[in-house]
Amino acid sequence: MSDERTTKTISGMDSVNTTVLGADEIILNMGPQHPSTHGVLRVKLKLDGERVAGSECIIGYLHRGVEKIAEHRSYQQFAPYVDRMDYVAAVSNGLGYCEAVEKLLGTEAPPRARVVRTILTELQRIASHLLWLGTHALDIGALTPVFYCFREREEILKIFEKYCGARLTTHAFRIGGLQYETYDGFEEDTKRFCNDFAHKIDEYETLLTENRIWVGRTKGVGILNAADAIALGVTGPVLRASGVKWDLRRAQPYAAYDQYEFDIPTRETGDTYDRYVVRMEEMRQSRRICLQAVENIPTGPIMARIGKVLKPPPGEVYHSIEAPKGELGYYIVSDGTTQPYRVRVRPPSFINLQAFDKMAKGALIADVVAIIGTIDIVLGEVDR
Amino acid sequence: MGHLIPPSIMPFVLPVLYAVVIVAVLPLLAGYIVLMERKVMADMQARLGPMRVGPHGLLQPIADAVKLLLKEDIIPDKADRLMFWFAPLVSVTMALLAYSALAIGPAFQIADLNIGLLFILAISSLGIYGIVLGGWASNSHYSLLGALRSAAQLVSYETAAGLGLISVLLLAGSLSMKDIVQAQLDQGVWFGFSVPFGFFIYLVGSIAETNRAPFDLPEAESELVAGYMTEYSGFRWSLYFLAEYANMIIVAGIATTLFLGGWLRPGARYHEHIPGTGIEWLDALPALLTLGVALYSLKLAPTQPVKIQKIVMVLVAVLCLGVACVLAGALFAPPAVMQGIHGAFWFMAKVFAYIYAFLWIRFTFPRYRFDQLMRLGWRFLIPLALVNVIGVGVAIVLRQQFAWGPIVSLIPTTLATLGVAMLLAKDDAPVAEAQTAAGE
Amino acid sequence: MQTLNQALFIFFAVLAVASAILMVTRRNIVHGAVFLITTLLSTAGIFLLLQAEFLFIVQVILYVGGIMVLFVFVIMLVNLDVSMRQVQFNRQWFVAGALALVLAGQFLFAIWVGRGALRLPAMASEISPKNTEAVADALFSHYMLPFEIASILLLVAMIGAVVMAKRRAG
Repeated sequence: MSDERTTKTISGMDSVNTTVLGADEIILNMGPQHPSTHGVLRVKLKLDGERVAGSECIIGYLHRGVEKIAEHRSYQQFAPYVDRMDYVAAVSNGLGYCEAVEKLLGTEAPPRARVVRTILTELQRIASHLLWLGTHALDIGALTPVFYCFREREEILKIFEKYCGARLTTHAFRIGGLQYETYDGFEEDTKRFCNDFAHKIDEYETLLTENRIWVGRTKGVGILNAADAIALGVTGPVLRASGVKWDLRRAQPYAAYDQYEFDIPTRETGDTYDRYVVRMEEMRQSRRICLQAVENIPTGPIMARIGKVLKPPPGEVYHSIEAPKGELGYYIVSDGTTQPYRVRVRPPSFINLQAFDKMAKGALIADVVAIIGTIDIVLGEVDR
Repeated sequence: MGHLIPPSIMPFVLPVLYAVVIVAVLPLLAGYIVLMERKVMADMQARLGPMRVGPHGLLQPIADAVKLLLKEDIIPDKADRLMFWFAPLVSVTMALLAYSALAIGPAFQIADLNIGLLFILAISSLGIYGIVLGGWASNSHYSLLGALRSAAQLVSYETAAGLGLISVLLLAGSLSMKDIVQAQLDQGVWFGFSVPFGFFIYLVGSIAETNRAPFDLPEAESELVAGYMTEYSGFRWSLYFLAEYANMIIVAGIATTLFLGGWLRPGARYHEHIPGTGIEWLDALPALLTLGVALYSLKLAPTQPVKIQKIVMVLVAVLCLGVACVLAGALFAPPAVMQGIHGAFWFMAKVFAYIYAFLWIRFTFPRYRFDQLMRLGWRFLIPLALVNVIGVGVAIVLRQQFAWGPIVSLIPTTLATLGVAMLLAKDDAPVAEAQTAAGE
Repeated sequence: MQTLNQALFIFFAVLAVASAILMVTRRNIVHGAVFLITTLLSTAGIFLLLQAEFLFIVQVILYVGGIMVLFVFVIMLVNLDVSMRQVQFNRQWFVAGALALVLAGQFLFAIWVGRGALRLPAMASEISPKNTEAVADALFSHYMLPFEIASILLLVAMIGAVVMAKRRAG
């Protein structure tokens, strides 16, 4: 045995070839082709009956070398690529990247651009959470909420489409501000959506929040305590559900978040139900931010004066934002040329996924899909 | 014609004819229940559902059937070929066999066994072998887990559902489907109203037995891909599908017969005639209903986008009109014929109402987890069913001793069972202790 | 009618015996279980031919629908490859064979001695409507004590199983 590989994952499951199975144990490969791994995640489960005795997430099936591509593109050329990491929250990705490059350049977007960015990013947060809610409920077996969620998400995507012509990979922002002025009726559309949306959240909650089966399936499942969450570097709603009040919008305000009032929902236990409650509340808060922002969009230019060719001074910068799934950070090194020397992305999904093994230990197969759903991963972002 | 057939074969002619009709019609019916399911699902989920094949997707089941028949038939490399081939046959045979004792109306029954109900229960419980053996023979972990879940689930919930049925058997005093319906006519109340808890327990048990959501763990698509059916494709897969929907109709038929008055029309003891004729008001209802459907589809026909769809819509209207004519014509036929036709109508109407309840539940609730499913079965339903059965026994004694009416005597039972149910539900806290117990 | 009944009886009897033999000779344990099910079903068919409908149903519900499901459930968990490679007859097969012979001899002797009682009453000509009631009557009045003893035996076995399972889990 000693000459073989004996690496261990967090959960203590031996790596692939050295695993010795007990009498009742089987190895189940969940994915990469599986209905509820949310893409091409492969989870290798060691099962004792239906109980998970060990697990290992195997990733990389969607690796496209996004970070490497950055080294051969100009700063502006690379911006559309980041949309394709977390492809259900492209606007947030773009915001993070644009602000990081702006920081590197030492400029800032004008106030109007920052407010519009805030509105769009919060709408994107709602859209991303809606997608999470629908698929998470679907994984747990509730077939209907997903369609209601898509119905509302559609309204958001329509706003995006009217604004920049794209629905999914929007490339909505430019380095230095916005490419497009808002369309006529942008404020009204946003307001209408936000006003309708209040009832819609209540509608989802009547379907799920107090449903005995839903509570039974989520309460006490995939518990992650605060210490473990911090040790694993988990961020976003997953961290806040464990009781850590950490939100970059409040802790290191960016865009226009310092101007608005909003609460940071937290819960104590850190189980799947808590993460559900936190995300539901976050949608309400995002709606609140949108309503405040749309009331008072400043007038003025939408682009900072940065010139057509970007040549940031040599140096490095790390900038992170609170993406729907957690802390999305960009670490950019400039060597003074038009192309970045190195771009490193800190994707929230990738880091949050590390908590999976800890959450899944001792769970049942049915819990595994609930846990994958509750971490809210997008494989495009995990693999990059 | 009677003299053409030898008398020794005569008693077999009608049953064989019925059997052939059932085997021929059932796949079509199952296909249309699938369409109904998709349409109901679409309605509940704010969308349209199948719309392309035929008007409002009315020809979708046929297109699906053709597709399934033409699909490549794949047997996995290391599967147990014989068992893989055999398993879906078991499922579908048992599902079809169970129909032989089901009484669709007073006239339409293949065999009126005096153990009719037990026969249906026994035969439909054999369908599990198709699932278990198919899951095992596929040589896939998902299939195996699905099969295991299925076996454990069926054994647990059959007990509960059976106990739910016993309350009715006590009241009816017979196992024959016809006698049970007759007993409901005599007592003047559908047993679903007099023993609501028996009905409730059977409803839950029957959902679990047919592997429908929220108890669809053997085929839970988000966990086990497709459970025991994962490795099946094409025609074999469609056999499983047929068996599943046939079983749905069976359990709905049992529930209809035992709890919803079988083929009795609502108000079976209410005989108010239309003035000047010998026709009862309520007997005219089925014909009027189908006539309404016919007129509605005729109204829809011009709005169909394509010519062929218009034609199909008119055909649907004509079909409904034909049914309406048959139902109306039956009013003037001899009573036995009229009862047979109208009985079948009401029976099917109730069966579909029951299946609609299945679908409604499916699209509303999330899925149970396996340990929760077992806890619900063993710690909630079975104790409740036992209390209910004892209560019904007490009610029968009350009825005999004090000559209480069939409804009044059962009220104390229902209240007592309700109390026990609330007690049990409180005890069964929804918080899962499972993971923390075994996790560390 | 008579010939049809006879044909059906021969069919069920042959099926029962053939699947019983196949059951013990199959190497694949799941196939063995399936043949056991066929045996039980054909026995049930013979009950039905004898107009013993209730017995038929009990056979199907309890043995085939209940007990054998649990059997198969357990069997599926067994590692098949191991059982496939095991030697089918071990070194003690002649001891078992001798015992089987002795048992067969005993049976034959018992049948021979009691052959006078083997003359069965004529088969019930019509479907007797009181089949279920008759069984219940016999069980709860005539054979009350054996019935209760059997239930207690089963209860003991059940408690024993639970205790053993608990010990293993704990």
